Amino acid sequence: MFYEQITEWQQKLPESTWASFSGADVERVLARESLRPQDLAVLLSPAALSYLEPMAKKAQALTIRHFGRTIGLFTPLYLANFCSNSCLYCSFHTGNKIVRCKLSIAQVIKEGEAISSTGLQHLLLLTGESRTHSGPAYMEECVHALRPMFASLGLEVYPLATEEYRRLFEAGIDSVTLFQETYNEVTYAQVHPAGPKRDYHYRLEAPERACASGISSVNIGALLGLSDWRQDAFYSALHADYLQKTYPGVEVAISVPRLRPYAGSFQPSADPVTDAILVQIILAYRLFLPRAGITLSTRESPQMRENLLSLGITRLSAGSLTSVGGYSETDNVGSAQFEIADERSVPDVVAMIRAQGYLPSFCDWVNMRAKDAVGL
Amino acid sequence: MNAIIQSVNPSDDSLLLGGVNLRSRLFVGTGKFSSHEIVPLVLEASGSQVVTMALRRVDWKNPQENILNYLPPNTILLPNTSGARTAEEAVRIAHLAQAAGCGNWVKIEIVQDQRYLLPDNWETLKATEQLANEGFVVLPYMSPDLGAARRLQDAGAAAIMPLGSPIGSNRGLQTKELIRILIEEISLPIIVDAGIGRPSEAAEAMEMGAAAVLVNTAIATAGDPVFMAQAFHLAVVAGRLGYLAGPGERRITAEASSPLTGFLQEG
Ligand code: SF4
Repeated sequence: MFYEQITEWQQKLPESTWASFSGADVERVLARESLRPQDLAVLLSPAALSYLEPMAKKAQALTIRHFGRTIGLFTPLYLANFCSNSCLYCSFHTGNKIVRCKLSIAQVIKEGEAISSTGLQHLLLLTGESRTHSGPAYMEECVHALRPMFASLGLEVYPLATEEYRRLFEAGIDSVTLFQETYNEVTYAQVHPAGPKRDYHYRLEAPERACASGISSVNIGALLGLSDWRQDAFYSALHADYLQKTYPGVEVAISVPRLRPYAGSFQPSADPVTDAILVQIILAYRLFLPRAGITLSTRESPQMRENLLSLGITRLSAGSLTSVGGYSETDNVGSAQFEIADERSVPDVVAMIRAQGYLPSFCDWVNMRAKDAVGL
Repeated sequence: MNAIIQSVNPSDDSLLLGGVNLRSRLFVGTGKFSSHEIVPLVLEASGSQVVTMALRRVDWKNPQENILNYLPPNTILLPNTSGARTAEEAVRIAHLAQAAGCGNWVKIEIVQDQRYLLPDNWETLKATEQLANEGFVVLPYMSPDLGAARRLQDAGAAAIMPLGSPIGSNRGLQTKELIRILIEEISLPIIVDAGIGRPSEAAEAMEMGAAAVLVNTAIATAGDPVFMAQAFHLAVVAGRLGYLAGPGERRITAEASSPLTGFLQEG
C-alpha cells in the first residue's frame, strides 16, 4: 500500500532536509538519466529554484520525445452538486447555501450534445459526494447516455469501492481522476471537518482500487497550496510512481491544481504557490515521471496556461464550466464550484495551442469495451 | 556506369508486402507532429508509401482534425492498434479501422507496460493469428525474440517488426544482435520499428539486411521535420544499396604481410 511509502519517506525526509540540498546536488540530478525519489526531493528543494531554466530545457525535450508536440483537450461536465462533505476550500460544501441540483438524463444528453458540438471528445464527469443524489447507479445511467457521443469518458467523483469502479468501467468509463487534496494527514483532517471525505485512507487507496478494477488510466494530484506544497508535490509524484510500478498497464497522469478563491472565506495557512513554484513543481514532475501525463485545468489564467504549455503539460481543459447544467442553457443551472480563470472558448484555446507550435488533439482514445462506444 | 552499381539500381529493388511492390523502404508514422499541415510535406520528402497512424488518434468527428484528410491519395494506410492492452482489444481496433475504410493492413501494437511501452509478444501472437486468418495483412510490432518471430511467421504475419529500442527513446539499435538473428533466420521481411533516432541508425539497419524501417519520433520531433524526412529517405536508400552491394568482410585483425602459412607454397 502506498501509505507505507509515505510513512517511510516521512522519516527519511524530515523538514530540515529541504534546505540542506545545494546547487551541486541539483546539477548532479540533472545529469542523471532516470530519477529516484531522493532526486525528486532535490528538484523540489529551494536550491532547484535557481535551476528552472536547465530543468525546463530537459523537461521540454523529454515531453516532446514521449508525447510529441501534442496537447490533449478535455472538458468537465458537472452532473450534480449535492455534497455531504465540508471541505473548507470548496463552495459546494454542505454548509454553503448554494443552488443545489442534479441533471436529469435528458439534461445530461442536452449538455453532452452542446459539448460535443464544440468538437471536444474527451469528457470528465463530476459530482459532489452524495450517494443519495448522485450514486454509482446514477453515474452509470449518465455514462450510458453519453457514451455514444464521446471518444473517452472520465470520472471525477468521490472514492468508490473496487466493484463500483468495475461496473462503471464495464459501462464505458475510461479514466478516473481523484485528488488526495493533501497528503498531510493533519491538514487533511483540518480542512475536511465533516462528512465521509474525512477518511484519509479510503481516499488514498481509491486510485489503486480504480487501477485494480481494470480502468485504463488514472489521474491523481494534490490541491497545491492547501498544505506544505513541497511535501504534497513530493508525495503526489511518489504516488504516481507507485501506481505506475504496481499497475504497469495503467496510464498514470498527475494534475497541478492551485487553490483558487471561491464564494466562501477559507484562507490556507500554508505558503502560497507562486508562479515560479508552480513551474518548479511541473518540471520536477516531468523529470521524475517522464511518461506521466500532466494535466492543467482552467483554474490558471490564459497567460499562465500559454507559458506552461511547453514545459511538460500534455492535457488541457478547454471551454470549461464548473456549474451544473451550464453548457446548454437549461433553466436548471446550479452554482459554480470554483471560479475559472481561463474563460476562453474552445476555438480560442485551440488557436492558442497552435500559436505555441503544438497540435491540439480532440481525440486520443477509442473505448474498446462498452457496447455503445463511439461508432465510426 | 559500372556494372555493380547498375546491378543494385534502387529503382529495380522493391519490397513485396501484402501483394504490393513497395519502392520505398521507409515507413513513416504520423504521431507527435506539431500540426497536421506538415504531414504531407514530410511524406513527400520521405518518399514513403506506407504511413502508420494510431486509430485511437483519428478524429472522425472533425474533418479538419482528421489526419486521414492530410494524406496523399495513394498512401497505403497502416493503422496501428496503439492503446490496446490485449489481443481482444487489438482485434477490435483492427475491425474498427477496416470498417472505417482504412484498408486491411494493420500493425499490431499491444502494450501492457505504460512505462516503457514494450510490446507483449504473447498477446501479439494471438491477435496476429486471428487477424491473419481473417485476411488482414498483419505487421506485428514485437520484442525481438526468435521463438516469438517464428510463431508469428507460422501464424500468418506478413512481416515482423522488431523494436530497435523502446518507442520514442531514440536510442538506436540497442537490440541489434537480436535483430540480426531475425534477419538471418526468418524468411519474412524484417522491418525495424521504434527507437531509430538518427538517419545513420536507419542506414545501419538497412545495411544489416532489414527489409525496411519505420520512423516516427525522430522525424516528428526534429528541428525541421521535412529535412529530417529527406535525410531518412537518403539514409534508407544508402543503407539498402550498401546491403545489396555486399560490403567486404570486416577484418578483425590486420593481415600479416608475410602469411604465416606461406611456407606451404614454398619449394
Ligand atoms: S471538494 Fe468535492 S467533496 Fe468537498 S465539498 Fe466540494 S464537491 Fe464536496
